[in-house]
Amino acid sequence: MVNFTVEDQEGNRQECEAPDDMGFNLMEILKAYEYPILATCGGMALCGTCHIEVLEGKDELGQATDPELDQLETMPEYFPTSRLACQIRIGDVLEGSVLKLRGEDQ
Amino acid sequence: MIHTDLCIIGAGPVGLFAVFEAGLLKMRCHLIDALPQVGGQLSEIYPQKPIYDIPGYPEVNAQDLVDNLMEQAKPFSPTFTLGERVDHLDKQEDGSFIVTTSDKTKVHAQVIVIAGGLGCFEPRKPVVENLELFEGKGVTYMVKNPETFRDKNVVLAGGGDSALDWTIFLSKVAKRVTLVHRNETFRGAPDSAAKVFDLANNGKIDLILSANLKELGGNGKLDSVTFVDKSKIEIKLEADYLIPLFGLSPKLGPIADWGLSIDKNAIEVDTRDYSTGVDRIYAIGDINIYPGKLKLILCGFHEAAIMMHSAFKYVYPDQKLSFKYTTVNGVNSF
Repeated sequence: MVNFTVEDQEGNRQECEAPDDMGFNLMEILKAYEYPILATCGGMALCGTCHIEVLEGKDELGQATDPELDQLETMPEYFPTSRLACQIRIGDVLEGSVLKLRGEDQ
Repeated sequence: MIHTDLCIIGAGPVGLFAVFEAGLLKMRCHLIDALPQVGGQLSEIYPQKPIYDIPGYPEVNAQDLVDNLMEQAKPFSPTFTLGERVDHLDKQEDGSFIVTTSDKTKVHAQVIVIAGGLGCFEPRKPVVENLELFEGKGVTYMVKNPETFRDKNVVLAGGGDSALDWTIFLSKVAKRVTLVHRNETFRGAPDSAAKVFDLANNGKIDLILSANLKELGGNGKLDSVTFVDKSKIEIKLEADYLIPLFGLSPKLGPIADWGLSIDKNAIEVDTRDYSTGVDRIYAIGDINIYPGKLKLILCGFHEAAIMMHSAFKYVYPDQKLSFKYTTVNGVNSF
């Protein structure tokens, strides 16, 4: 299991854990925790509704991929450590990270 | 006023297939969609992506599926209102409905079918104070009629393909076009980006890079837009129009106000016929929810077939519905 912290749009933090051996991505885990993420495109980095900002752990999580950057470019706001949760595979790199939800709240 | 048997709200794959199922039962359809084209998220978000779980198609490109669904619906001559959002549903004394769109188009229908997917795609808005105050008074998120911008000072904000394309197009129409982008480079189509840089180098447009929207000015109507560049220097531009182009995002919108039972942004339905709690209103596809719901196109197709057999009684109250196979009866157009 991997443990990380999620901060919602209102600033409330929650410790989350996710299995790292089932091929999940972070968007799926956030939805399982019932965070209000639309995930319109289902994980293709095409809608930007799972936008998160990496507050801690950015070095481990690495840079956004090209498809993510293409999508983030079209959005009204993004941050130096913005990522799309659907493009982050659950794994050790997430351990101890702190992630802030930036996707539009529904 | 447009008169039809069924008004389908949402022209995505499920709405389009619903036209076919309705047509087999001799029911006419009018479709309304907030997007300017049919196909819903398939056409808007991932037109070139392959889909692998449509029965009979081991692999189908999303836009091809939409094109095929249009072809399949064609014998039943559906009519369309595109680029308009449904704002109101008004029940009439005889049980039918009058639908009113954001552009005041009115449709009279016996039955309403909500096939709205995740809701209507609405523009993503930048976070700027007073933005709403100037909407329709200089701030617009869509270029519906380019003539509106003739001989005007137009500022566009954004860095995607639509920002690049509209900058190029409006440079021939507007008095002055300024494109403001928060980065130094564009990730959109390289050809379009090159054209925009060319236009800027030749003095045809103004290009302001590494800058972000800060505030809007005007008294009842927009007259200026202020940006902040990377050195925190403020740039105030004269502007008749500001067009922020930051893509689209689905919102449930007015559907939430129609007295339907909503759970987690979806409409609760009875799985016997996908009817909502309101007589003559059905909900099919991703917009509905019920125990065991799977948000798959193929499930929406199934729901469309079932619900049309239920809706028949409202369109033909004096007729008995008999179930027929297309292999026996063919597809009889009207």
